Amino acid sequence: MAMLEIKNVSRFFGGLAALTDISFSVNKGEILGLIGPNGAGKTTLFNVVNGFYSPSQGEVLFNQQKISGLKPHKICIRGIARTFQVVKPLQRMSVLDNVIASAYLRTHSRAVAEAKAIETLKFTGLYDDRDIISKGLPLGKRKKLEIARALATGPEMILLDESFAGLNPTELNESIEIIRNIKEAGITIMIIEHHMKVIMSISDKIVVLNYGQKIAEGTPEEIRGNPLVVEAYLGEAQNA
Amino acid sequence: MKKTLPLFIAGILALLPLIGLSSYWMHILILVLMWSVIGMAWNLLGGYCGQVSFGHAAFFGVGAYTAGILYNKTGVSAWWGMPLSVIVVALFALLIGYICLRLKGPFFALGTLAMGVILRVTAENLTTITEGDLGIMIRERTWIDKTWYFYIILLIAIVSFFIVKKVIESKLGYYFVAIREDQDAAESLGINTTFYKTIALTLSAVLTGLAGVFYTNYMGYIDPKIVFALHDISIVTIMVVMVGGVATYWGPLVGAIIMVFLAEIIRSIPKLGAAHHTFFGVLLIVIIIYLPNGITGDLPKLKRLFGKGKAA
Repeated sequence: MAMLEIKNVSRFFGGLAALTDISFSVNKGEILGLIGPNGAGKTTLFNVVNGFYSPSQGEVLFNQQKISGLKPHKICIRGIARTFQVVKPLQRMSVLDNVIASAYLRTHSRAVAEAKAIETLKFTGLYDDRDIISKGLPLGKRKKLEIARALATGPEMILLDESFAGLNPTELNESIEIIRNIKEAGITIMIIEHHMKVIMSISDKIVVLNYGQKIAEGTPEEIRGNPLVVEAYLGEAQNA
Repeated sequence: MKKTLPLFIAGILALLPLIGLSSYWMHILILVLMWSVIGMAWNLLGGYCGQVSFGHAAFFGVGAYTAGILYNKTGVSAWWGMPLSVIVVALFALLIGYICLRLKGPFFALGTLAMGVILRVTAENLTTITEGDLGIMIRERTWIDKTWYFYIILLIAIVSFFIVKKVIESKLGYYFVAIREDQDAAESLGINTTFYKTIALTLSAVLTGLAGVFYTNYMGYIDPKIVFALHDISIVTIMVVMVGGVATYWGPLVGAIIMVFLAEIIRSIPKLGAAHHTFFGVLLIVIIIYLPNGITGDLPKLKRLFGKGKAA
């Protein structure tokens, strides 16, 4: 069953069409990979789903209800959390406080929020770093903190924007493990990623964007063999 | 120890009048407490929630004039301004918040700066209500002696301290700091940033307004140039918090002590005294460069500095 439906969404910035007539849906419990060359509109699409932008045309449905046009905090309360490509930790707060702040979304009690935060930190492998002021975290851990913070809001669906970029191989494997665990916990995932090996191995379905248009959709195997995708990534074959 | 420290300090302050201080010293202490209330109020909005206001004189003045106009028009005691100002200032803050809180960062600061000036000009010209530049005089003082004024402002300061502490340790406090650190991230974590900023502004404004009501009662005279002053109220408010320590519980009190004493000392220097704002400016620059977190915030740094001094 479709949890998130993106219906004919377009988004213009002045005369520039960042997204043109995008439609696809994400089913409950699956991992959907969103790929495409730089500037294809992937993050713009996240911003539309998450509510930072409202679509110029079309609409976004979450659990059969229209969410496009709502403010980001309302969409978060409905159950969609996100991470940022350029990480945005609450810098002068400790890692634990960062996660507590987002765990407060569904409770007023400090004890409940703290318990939820600690559980999330253990889940993402940040528990030992809980007292560090997040300004001082290395990038790999900041990316994990982004995920922890999104998870602590108790989402049904999570949008991960390049959570693997800039990680070393060890961190990469840990993060893939975390993503798999998130899926097992029953949370639907939509993920933007440039790391092809990762995206091919974890995604149930892949959507490819290029110049703001959807050029392909399918299983990793289908995408791998799709000439349009190959062209978008490697350029058109020269006609000598 | 940490838990009892506020009670301990409150206790000491409460005993101070008993040692028979002169009227001048009582006046200084009252000013210190009044400024620490305004500082704590500003700190809630500017320090914790990150919305730097350059117009807190507006809330101070609205509080002061609520009491003044109430007395002037109806003849009841200006102390009734206390409960009344809570309503008036809160409504006023909601209006200002609706206009200014859609602005971010420096634009919010400029918006509040303008708000303070607009109110001063308005108060100067609405002579039928505010008496304009003539000001409002409270003709019969409640007490000649300063002791009771001291206890009233001490009570307001203690209540403010605990309100701020309670708020900051709750969910609200986490949300305020989250908004300060990154508004977009806060919004995407499900925090209704506009709503929580409005709460911070309203709380901050109400506490500042109470200090304004106290000022009217204590000084017995207000006019627009005094209570809506940019340099003497709005800027000094920021100085109190910057010097004492932004986003710390004790910062406003420490800052108020330093600023009030400094103002008194500098003003008493012959000839140079008139230029006390210049000294404040220099002090602010020094603080921003060397103690960006204020005296309370950079206490460990200060201790290290003096520790080194002793060793050498």
